[in-house]
Amino acid sequence: MTIQTLIDAGIFSLKVTGDPSKNISKVFCCDLLSIAMSKAPAEGAWVTVMGNKNTLAVASLTDISCIILAEGIQLLPDDLACAEREGITVFTTDLPIFDAALKIQELFA
Amino acid sequence: MDENLVFNYTISGDDFTRAGEASSDVKNKLKMMGLDNNIIRKVAIAMYEGEINMVIHANGGTITVEISADNIRMILADTGPGIADIDKAMEQGYSTAPEEVRALGFGAGMGLPNMKKYSDHMEIDSTVGIGTTVTMDIHI
Ligand SMILES: Nc1ncnc2c1ncn2[C@@H]1O[C@H](COP(=O)(O)OP(=O)(O)OP(=O)(O)O)[C@@H](O)[C@H]1O
Ligand SMILES: [Mg+2]
Repeated sequence: MTIQTLIDAGIFSLKVTGDPSKNISKVFCCDLLSIAMSKAPAEGAWVTVMGNKNTLAVASLTDISCIILAEGIQLLPDDLACAEREGITVFTTDLPIFDAALKIQELFA
Repeated sequence: MDENLVFNYTISGDDFTRAGEASSDVKNKLKMMGLDNNIIRKVAIAMYEGEINMVIHANGGTITVEISADNIRMILADTGPGIADIDKAMEQGYSTAPEEVRALGFGAGMGLPNMKKYSDHMEIDSTVGIGTTVTMDIHI
């Protein structure tokens, strides 16, 4: 599945488009950055409530495909601009982490 | 490569939003050199954790990256408070990160263990009140 699949599913709101043709390998949930740093799968869809510039840095260093900010968490305008520059796809949702991750998982079926 | 490539970075101690820029830059350089993705990932993780530690715990410092034909060496030097008990600091889950830093997602106490795990060799030289130098090697 690609990011475009996730966009078309319309379950989350798209904040930064990035590169929709990127592949999504699996779903990954974690809010502690140094754990995410070592465990985040390449091309993963990362569901987290940690929305700041450091999240973007970890996403970019680990080659995460997209970030889904759960629980209504939003990025500051400055950080959104940073995600644009880095080409990282960012979605937001009011859903809790588990429910958001489950929705993505269901798209793999 | 006949000669070693050397890159120097100055890490500012008070800017969380810029922390990680040096690691990103090295990652991009290694990508352009066409290095193996697995090696790049190891360097990115190890260097980012070291860079962040300098910002959080040591008020910044300098990073030197030396690339030779068969090794990438990262030397992270700061003049921060030093580490009193290195064995303790190396334990998974040990962290003195202050509350405002934890709120950003740091403080799992996994940074140094990650650096150890993803580098092929790591040495910490630290003196309380003087500073800390971490040297990591990743073989190509
Ligand atoms: N450069 C440094 N100068 C002084 N103390 C340090 C330095 N690096 C690490 N430490 C000490 O070692 C502890 C453990 O570091 P480690 O990177 O493993 O965890 P952390 O930075 O607290 O949290 P995390 O990296 O998981 O976000 C730190 O909390 C701090 O007390
Ligand atoms: Mg750390």
